[in-house]
Amino acid sequence: MIKVENLRKTYRAGLVEVPALRGVSFEVDEREYVAIVGPSGSGKSTLMHLLGCLDVPSAGRYIFDGVEVSTLGEDELARVRNRKIGFVFQGFHLLPRLTALENVELPLVYRGVGAATRRKRAIRALELVGLGARVQHYPNELSGGEQQRVAIARAMVGDPILLLADEPTGNLDSRTGADVLDLFRRINETGCTVIMVTHNMTAASRAKRLLKIRDGLLEGDERV
Amino acid sequence: MDFATSLKMGLKALLSNRLRSALTILGVVIGVAAVIGVVAIAQGSQRQVTSQIESLGTYLLTVSIRGRGADKMLTSDDVTELTAGIDGIAGVSPVVTGSATAKYGTRKYDCSLLGVNEQYATVRDLQLETGRFFTQIDISTRQKVALLGQNVVAELFGLSDPVGKDIKLNGQTFVVIGVLAPRGGGPAGTEDDQVLIPVTSAERLVGRRGVSTFYIRGQDKESVKQISTAISDRLYRRFRDQDAYRIFDQTQMLQTVTNVSQTLTLMLASIAFISLLVGGIGIMNIMLVSVVERTKEIGLRKAVGATRRDIMSQFLLESAMLSGVGGVLGIISGEILAGAIASAIKVPAVFPWAGAGIALGLALVVGIGFGIYPASRAANLAPIEALRTE
Ligand SMILES: Nc1ncnc2c1ncn2[C@@H]1O[C@H](COP(=O)(O)OP(=O)(O)OP(=O)(O)O)[C@@H](O)[C@H]1O
Ligand SMILES: [Mg+2]
Repeated sequence: MIKVENLRKTYRAGLVEVPALRGVSFEVDEREYVAIVGPSGSGKSTLMHLLGCLDVPSAGRYIFDGVEVSTLGEDELARVRNRKIGFVFQGFHLLPRLTALENVELPLVYRGVGAATRRKRAIRALELVGLGARVQHYPNELSGGEQQRVAIARAMVGDPILLLADEPTGNLDSRTGADVLDLFRRINETGCTVIMVTHNMTAASRAKRLLKIRDGLLEGDERV
Repeated sequence: MDFATSLKMGLKALLSNRLRSALTILGVVIGVAAVIGVVAIAQGSQRQVTSQIESLGTYLLTVSIRGRGADKMLTSDDVTELTAGIDGIAGVSPVVTGSATAKYGTRKYDCSLLGVNEQYATVRDLQLETGRFFTQIDISTRQKVALLGQNVVAELFGLSDPVGKDIKLNGQTFVVIGVLAPRGGGPAGTEDDQVLIPVTSAERLVGRRGVSTFYIRGQDKESVKQISTAISDRLYRRFRDQDAYRIFDQTQMLQTVTNVSQTLTLMLASIAFISLLVGGIGIMNIMLVSVVERTKEIGLRKAVGATRRDIMSQFLLESAMLSGVGGVLGIISGEILAGAIASAIKVPAVFPWAGAGIALGLALVVGIGFGIYPASRAANLAPIEALRTE
């Protein structure tokens, strides 16, 4: 389902060029559960953004769901992000002026789903992450872990075929962290491909495959 | 995305910055109110002047005789002679003016006296309330009959019927044969204060200076022009002095007044329009700030699937809402403003429906026009770049 070939990404910060990814190649099949690990600054988030069609690579190929992503126009990319991919950001990125429910509804809004269906599906997604009682809360009325779970509900609400999560347990205590990982496993079992970045080795050990990244290069690829 | 959702979203965004939105709207309100107010007042005063001119009657030529002395005077017979043989004349009436004290029993009233002929009613579009108008016999035989204006009747007779009664005008007895319908203000004050008598009788009573004015009614717009030229020629041949008379063409005057006031309205409205533009710049300013403030939000929306079009229309809708609300409030306050000014300067305010539509349309165009740049800036942000900003 995912095929990356010699993927490179170089950031330009003023006059300095920062090579965040220096040629990464791998494939991920449908229904896989992959953990990406690596030290801070090794390029994990950069890779996730490329996989999530949020950014374009400086060089290399990315084929997602049978389509060469670089051939897609902006609107088609938006459509892919909207319908096929769920993204849990490292920093949640909830909209502060919207309630938890409205935040979760957002992908469905841009899909053109009617208000009543939208609401029903968003509530179900929130219940799935254990936030059925926090539907009308604003993000600043939620704890870090709760915000994280709203972000997961938002990523899952549209039934994507690929779930990308950048350190989804980073802000959680070990118990809620374990809950989230359980959730991911259940999501994976329903047929959704899951790719997750983590610093936490116990979290990584829950995945069926481990990609190790160091200095923008793929250092190891283990299946468990 | 459905419109109801967009609307709700826009409203929420605008309400989360109430004061800012209100001030932005105020800019538009002032602009629209200025346009509406100016146009309402200008059209009101135009209508007032126009109706004064129109109250003279249609296709009317007014000839005033301004000369003094026996050689620069006209009698009613002279008028008949002067206007004889000119094509297109529907009616001619000489007017001899004077003032008189009208008496009935013990009541007295100072009124203006007009000596006219039997065509005066047609020429001036006069209506009678009761009684009859003068006939040619009344004129040729110098009958002592009179028609009274509304105020004169009220003062002399109160509520009783004046027709058939004798009144005294400067000591001479006249029979009242009719009452004029209320007419209100003309260019020379109210016509309800007048007493009409046959011009031949008037020449006897007050005619030291002859005919002061005579009216000619043309059959149509074209003949009015021709009559005007012909009369002008004949008068000049008679007096050899252009200052001895003046011909006033009502149709032409109306045209001039309309032209002048339209130009004036347009000029004032375009000055007012500048303030509407300033309001639009206010919208652009606020929307630019808003795009910067909400960069992260835009990035997130794009990340979950919003297209450029979605973002663009979100921001355009917000600026359209600001200008639309401003436009409607502006029309309302413009009307109130116009009403206040109108009653202060005693001019009728004409509510400019077309102007209101145009002003609202302009407000929307301005709002959307000035919203396009900020909106496209928002729409063109790359999702991950936008998300990274703090
Ligand atoms: N927008 C940017 N401009 C310039 N350099 C950047 C930018 N984003 C990331 N980098 C650099 O690219 C490298 C990889 O960053 P990335 O965020 O992918 O690391 P990471 O593996 O996710 O780290 P962490 O575990 O701390 O989240 C870092 O050296 C970072 O400084
Ligand atoms: Mg990272």
